[in-house]
Amino acid sequence: MNSTQDDLIHYLLLLGDSALIQGQRLCEWCGKAPAIEEELALMNVGLDLVGQARNWLDYAAELLADGRDADDLAFRRDERAYRNLLLVEQPNGDFAVTMAKQFLFDAWHLQVLKGLCDSTDLRIAGIAAKALKEVTYHLRRSSEWVQRLGGGTDESRRRMLAAITQVWRFTVELASGSEAETRLAAAGIGADPAQVGAAWLHQVEATFASVELSLPPAASHFYLSGRTGMHTEHLGILLAEMQFLPRAYPDATW
Amino acid sequence: MYAQLVETGVKRIKSLDEMSPQERAFQEKIDAEIKIEAKNWMPDAYRQTLIRQISQHAHSEIVGMLPEGNWVTRAPTLKRKLQLMAKIQDEAGHGLYLYSAMETLGADRDEEIAKLHSGKAKYSSIFNYPTLNWADMGAVGWLVDGAAIVNQVVLQRTSYGPYARAMVRICKEESFHQRQGYEILLTMMRHGTQAQKDMVQDAINRLWWPALMMFGPSDDNSPNSAQSMAWKIKRQSNDELRQRFVDQTIPQLELLGCTAPDPDLKWNAERGHYDFGAIQWQEFFDVLKGNGPCNQERLATRRNAIENGAWVREAAVAYARKQQNKNAA
Repeated sequence: MNSTQDDLIHYLLLLGDSALIQGQRLCEWCGKAPAIEEELALMNVGLDLVGQARNWLDYAAELLADGRDADDLAFRRDERAYRNLLLVEQPNGDFAVTMAKQFLFDAWHLQVLKGLCDSTDLRIAGIAAKALKEVTYHLRRSSEWVQRLGGGTDESRRRMLAAITQVWRFTVELASGSEAETRLAAAGIGADPAQVGAAWLHQVEATFASVELSLPPAASHFYLSGRTGMHTEHLGILLAEMQFLPRAYPDATW
Repeated sequence: MYAQLVETGVKRIKSLDEMSPQERAFQEKIDAEIKIEAKNWMPDAYRQTLIRQISQHAHSEIVGMLPEGNWVTRAPTLKRKLQLMAKIQDEAGHGLYLYSAMETLGADRDEEIAKLHSGKAKYSSIFNYPTLNWADMGAVGWLVDGAAIVNQVVLQRTSYGPYARAMVRICKEESFHQRQGYEILLTMMRHGTQAQKDMVQDAINRLWWPALMMFGPSDDNSPNSAQSMAWKIKRQSNDELRQRFVDQTIPQLELLGCTAPDPDLKWNAERGHYDFGAIQWQEFFDVLKGNGPCNQERLATRRNAIENGAWVREAAVAYARKQQNKNAA
């Protein structure tokens, strides 16, 4: 396996795992949303993300070529092998936490996918082009919720501020990428993490400013990193639930 | 997923001679199969019966998300997870269609939902049963959506236009869910391990009778049916629909290689139908009264969702008002 291939597999896992874990968190909202319209929207966004995860993991499995398929990657990898962003594995909390997470992720996701639409890897460009349409909708929706909650009532504003404070430190992974991602970008395959980070910050700042929410100081690097499989304690429990059936019945066909 | 016991408030059906000219014109329209629309005159009891039935139907869609939501985080493959998420999303959409149809009758969805949460309004008894293994996701799709479809296909011809049209849209999606549910079971039975086959039979054993109860009480114990039939809100009796469901479902059960938990089930060549055993009506009425296995949990979940979400809805209203003022200024 050459090193570009290795970089690419890790990158596909970052994309696929992040979409999958964000989708899994949205599944937890089923039946508990603040309005029926939101039941529909949360499940709709989750469905898009799990669909995208399947596309990225299919490709990762093909490149790995070790007999595993996308389901194996999703349901039989431990937390140390998961490559998702730390932000998306955070618990749902209240609706403000869920929407703050969704917005910060969507703003990053959109920029990554925009960059990937021009990838010289046509498989990546194809998946990204389809996903970009969905994520454009996700970002519109989540940024509107940041505005509604940030600019709604005193209570909703207080909760949105608390939510941002709670999850902001995990945005360090959105603002900057890894050396491998920079190498992939230079090779014309991946989105440039520096560009993504700058455009992400610009979007977040603009949405926050529209309802007079100030941008917290840039998050700084700390011990953990989703990209290297160093997760918060939340991921293991999430995977225990998500992976239970394939783990308990390894010979089963579903 | 529909209404199974709807009070009409009518003790005895009036003959045409006893009716006022308005009532008579209404009944003649019904008899001529002309759809009633929102702005048409209708007897108050017809309006109230429909509000009860359509709201019960809508509530069933919403509460019905919960037994499946129980497994959506644990679906065993990406494909199955996607299918289940799409299905739950469709159910929320069906709830919204139905609340809209109900509102054409002058009812308010928030008021009707409050009646659900206080236990005054009902929803289908089936959603008070727990989903205990993955095969339940297949069995709910196949048996529960199957029973709902048998009922809803007939309701496409119900006399109230907005309800009939909602049914046409809903039936298309439900049929898709039902096929998917059956395919889940078929995959487990044909390609699965013994443990998986046992799961399928266990799911059928638990959900078979509750699915038959979805058609409501037997005809000789269904005092509200006669008026609903005269108004053509209902088009066929509970027992007729239940029989149709059994007749069409047994061959599918046999194809799976499973059995029904009913020792009295057998083909009756003389009738051209399957005979089946007695339903435990005490259990049915207990569940409807709130004493089923999951009634408390289901209602608590829905109440909490709406109560915990109040600040979110208030924020949306406050923000919309601020934007309006800004635009007006």
